[in-house]
Amino acid sequence: MGVTTLIPRRPDSDLEVDARAVNSRAARALYKKREQIYPKLARGLFRNVKWAAMIVLLTIYYVTPWLRWDRGVGRPDQAVLVDFDHGRFYFFFIELWPQEVYYITGLLILAAFGIFLSSALFGRIWCGYACPQTVWTDLYIYVERLIEGDRNERMRLDKAPLSWGKAGKKASKHALWLIIAAATGGAWVFYFADAPTLFAAIFSGTASASAYLFIGLLTFTTYALAGTMREQVCTYMCPWPRIQAAMMDKDALSVAYRVDRGEPRGAHKKGQSWEGRGDCIDCRQCVAVCPQGIDIRDGDQLECINCALCIDACDAIMTKVGRPKGLIAYDSYANQTRRAQGKVARIRLVRPRTILYGALFALVGALMIYGLASRQTLDANVIRDRSPPFVRLADGSMRNDYELKLINMSAAPRRVSISVEGLEGAHLQAPDLGAAGAVVAVASADGVTNVRLHVAAPAGVLPGSHDIRFTVRDLESGETATSASAFLAGGER
Amino acid sequence: MTDKPERDAVTGVDTTGHEWDGVKELDNPLPRWWLYIFYASIAAAVIYWVLMPAWPLLNSYTPGVLGFSDRRNVAAEIESLEGARAPMFERLASASSADLARDPELQQFARAAGESVFGDYCRTCHGAGGAGAPGYPVLADDVWIWGGSLAEIEHTLRVGVRADHPDTRMSQMPAFGRDNLLSRDQIGDVTEYVISVSAARRRIEPNAAAAARGAIVYGEQCAVCHGASGAGDRNVGAPSLQDDLWLYGGSREEIRRQVELGRSGVMPSWERRFDAGTLRALAYYVHQMGGGEADLPPAPAEPAPPAAPAPE
Repeated sequence: MGVTTLIPRRPDSDLEVDARAVNSRAARALYKKREQIYPKLARGLFRNVKWAAMIVLLTIYYVTPWLRWDRGVGRPDQAVLVDFDHGRFYFFFIELWPQEVYYITGLLILAAFGIFLSSALFGRIWCGYACPQTVWTDLYIYVERLIEGDRNERMRLDKAPLSWGKAGKKASKHALWLIIAAATGGAWVFYFADAPTLFAAIFSGTASASAYLFIGLLTFTTYALAGTMREQVCTYMCPWPRIQAAMMDKDALSVAYRVDRGEPRGAHKKGQSWEGRGDCIDCRQCVAVCPQGIDIRDGDQLECINCALCIDACDAIMTKVGRPKGLIAYDSYANQTRRAQGKVARIRLVRPRTILYGALFALVGALMIYGLASRQTLDANVIRDRSPPFVRLADGSMRNDYELKLINMSAAPRRVSISVEGLEGAHLQAPDLGAAGAVVAVASADGVTNVRLHVAAPAGVLPGSHDIRFTVRDLESGETATSASAFLAGGER
Repeated sequence: MTDKPERDAVTGVDTTGHEWDGVKELDNPLPRWWLYIFYASIAAAVIYWVLMPAWPLLNSYTPGVLGFSDRRNVAAEIESLEGARAPMFERLASASSADLARDPELQQFARAAGESVFGDYCRTCHGAGGAGAPGYPVLADDVWIWGGSLAEIEHTLRVGVRADHPDTRMSQMPAFGRDNLLSRDQIGDVTEYVISVSAARRRIEPNAAAAARGAIVYGEQCAVCHGASGAGDRNVGAPSLQDDLWLYGGSREEIRRQVELGRSGVMPSWERRFDAGTLRALAYYVHQMGGGEADLPPAPAEPAPPAAPAPE
């Protein structure tokens, strides 16, 4: 276990660690109790990027429901709102109705291609920086470090017998975790109702049972996943590490240890020659900072989320011992092969695979934008009455009845004309609207208006089914919507 | 079966002693968690008996201390629903047809309430959507025996047709054949005449000579009610014979049978069954099926097909 270090002892205890790769291949059993991992704080470029990503993402998550967006009187002024009660999804200037759920499908496809592209370019960059599991785990470890101290202090604390001090630290850590978890669950429900109203209702005990249920549920999952399960979520629960491999190729970048430069590894004394040995001084800092409990020097591993903290740890050591940085770095499999063959390493970001993923991403994105830009706010659905299938009238003509569902997705009521095509001599009438001929209806604002329609075909209409088409036209904007239906005519009995 | 339990060599656990085609069962103890859940279930059952209606007695049952009753809950729900609907029904009952024409909310309520009642009480004979059936008038078309305005439809609903109401709609076509009022030949002749004045002549070629003879019989026997031209008379419930819509079938044979038998149907009076609001809703639902006519006195201009007198 103990690693003999030949580096001169200094008051800086950073260089002296007893780190074990608890999830390394050798230590891994089929069924095993989880061993606690004590990630050490890394300092450097990637740690800073991760701090920034964490702040931005958490801010987006917690603040978004509180953003306001004026939509006019009587309509919600919340910028992002999933309104299940009224069947609406609001996203700033976008408003979607339930029948437009395909935009959500588009969004999911976009997300899929986005993650494909990022994987082909930079490996598991999503896992390392943006995945909620990573972000919240990072936040929880930050809290842990704040209260219990860094790696060594935490290990010492856990080994120490129970004392008031230890109990106090543990209690305040879990209390803070629970507060964060509750805030996470709380923020979640704000996406589904007016945030200020719900906020007041939650604390006055008058919010709906489902609000409390979901807050409780997300409090529990946040606390469990980020507090106690951590790397096990990535290793055992998440399917992405398994799917991942299909998106990467030998040119994809991922966090890797440069075997050619590092080996043979070994302790190094100050002033000792670097001839005939590798740059890795086997200080195990890369292991100490790893939140996943692996040793990056074992090569690509399922557990590795590519958080790049080992790069920061190693770069700091390399600077200290006076060797070039980048012993652990973003690298590709192809480069490792090239180096082994004595060729120059190079990064190829533009490849057929990344071009394809990028093109697909752009295509779906363009389709979505086109769809949203050309989105109609007027829609019509005609439902034919099934009984009676047709009605014979006194003058020998034949009548079919329909119900027109006039969908007006705009904030103002609209006057529309209704017409029917496809049947010679057809006479359209809306009994509730009175006038015959050019039928004009008012589609009420932001809702569905039902209009009953009678279509009469003159005597002598051919028996059977006739394809007809109803057209609804906005009298002011000229926007039209059509709905296909059928006219059924009976025979000579 | 063995006297002494047999011990399984692999697990060191006794077997139950039974053997099914070489398969033996280990006599393992129940898992503790299972046992506790079982005990908890028993406790829950006892608690349930105390709280909820549970055991049947001779003439009643143990009501439970919570006083739960599905029957009472349903009654309360119905009552609250009726309470919620009452204002709309009151508005409907006092609304004139002009009020109704101006009020989309009231229309929607009347249609929904009417459709519901129609489905329960009327659809059996008149068919879904008023499709009608042989002997039961089509309500979706534009011919009416007793009138198709909202007021006339509501009146027909109230008093019924040949029902036990003192003011019921009443008409009786004689059974000219069965009661020997006309001879077979005369009935044949009048059938040809009826076809010749109706729109059915487009599909059935009437015998001109017979129709000419039948015209005389018609004038003597039928014109009193059906009118000299066969236009019918709603005041006496005589359908128009000019169109091609027939209550008892429009073939030559079916028309002839109707002259012979003079069949007529019955509709109950609904006045005592429904309150005024429900009757109005039902009338509105029937009126809006497609053939509803304007109220007669003010006679607003409705360019719908002319209110053709009922033939059926």
